[in-house]
Amino acid sequence: MALYHSIDELIGGTPTLDVSGLSPNPSVRLYAKLEGHNPTGSVKDRVALAMIDRAEADGTLRPGSTIIEPSSGNTGIALAMIGRRRGYQVKIVLPGNVTDERRKMLAVFGAEIIASPSEQGSNGAVRRALELAEANPDWTMLYQYGNEANPDVHYRTTGPEIAADVPDITHFVAGLGTSGTLLGVGRYLKEHLDGVEVWAVEPPAGEQVEGLRSLDDGYVPPIFENWGGADLLDRKMIIRPRESIEATRLLADEGIFSGISGGAALAGARRAATRIDAGVIVFVVSDHGWKYLSVGTWTDDLEVAVENASGVIYF
Amino acid sequence: MAVTVRLPTVLRPHANGQSRVDAEGGTVAEAVAWLVGRFPGIAPNLLAPDGSLHRFVNVYVNDEDVRYLQQMDTALADGDELSILPAVAGG
Repeated sequence: MALYHSIDELIGGTPTLDVSGLSPNPSVRLYAKLEGHNPTGSVKDRVALAMIDRAEADGTLRPGSTIIEPSSGNTGIALAMIGRRRGYQVKIVLPGNVTDERRKMLAVFGAEIIASPSEQGSNGAVRRALELAEANPDWTMLYQYGNEANPDVHYRTTGPEIAADVPDITHFVAGLGTSGTLLGVGRYLKEHLDGVEVWAVEPPAGEQVEGLRSLDDGYVPPIFENWGGADLLDRKMIIRPRESIEATRLLADEGIFSGISGGAALAGARRAATRIDAGVIVFVVSDHGWKYLSVGTWTDDLEVAVENASGVIYF
Repeated sequence: MAVTVRLPTVLRPHANGQSRVDAEGGTVAEAVAWLVGRFPGIAPNLLAPDGSLHRFVNVYVNDEDVRYLQQMDTALADGDELSILPAVAGG
């Protein structure tokens, strides 16, 4: 146990749990990096803290500043928590199709929600936030999709934590949202350990987004291109809602109360385990399960839970 | 090889509104060429002028992104499922 003097000190340094009991291959070990242990319950506390610290250091954020950010939830919640403590007004552009808990968590920390159209998904939130930032030059958009502090904090903290706790890691599996975790951790592990493969999992979000007028409305985060994401990743695969929910329930068997994206990461790790002879796989459980209770992730019939998950953004 | 192609909403108007179409090809490139041959309106949405995949398009074979396999040369087997999706962010 320890005594801390700022919530900032509780961000990062998360535990990793051996869940090899969930491995489909007896020669492959599985380890879960539990990012739900961060103060607001997700990996995004690391990113929000790093982006705010950097913006304060370079003078972009000043006392009383207003922050605007597009987020499907977790980054917004983390920014709201840190922003409230430091005296910033936080406005989050949030797609309509997220769970109620995400909206309520934002309210806990006093953030203002600006709704963006559900049918445009996260891409629509990004577009709307960029427009609002341009129209309001006194607002500060930290822009997690384009902010170097996002992958950099994973390079400086999450990556070294994993290398220290699991030095014999052979595969790193994580969800692809902004790509920050995969880029930062992936680059660190490839630079410091031999032969580590980086596998990305993603939901079939492009199927759920009905409102794109053309494929030019697609979106690749600038950090993905700036950090050479296409060269860094070894595999990228879709994990569908059914497999994600099933794996989220499997995590509960091990006592892990995970969000649905963590289930997708486990599903990806299990898929990787069936394709290699032997290895050590670390996957990221990006958030706690609290925000997915209302969509029946553990409590509804599987079919209903899958249908519910298909209607919300959980990455 | 006989494969199935799942089309995203934005491409369906160019394929008589269908969400799934059958296609033929031994590689992703051949299946895409087959698709474009049958539904020419898809081409400008799917391919860059040099014939490579549009930057904001991801193509998956059995849910694996072909950019991390052998790209357009990725081999297809009978019954494989190709999915074409717009790139979408999370976070």
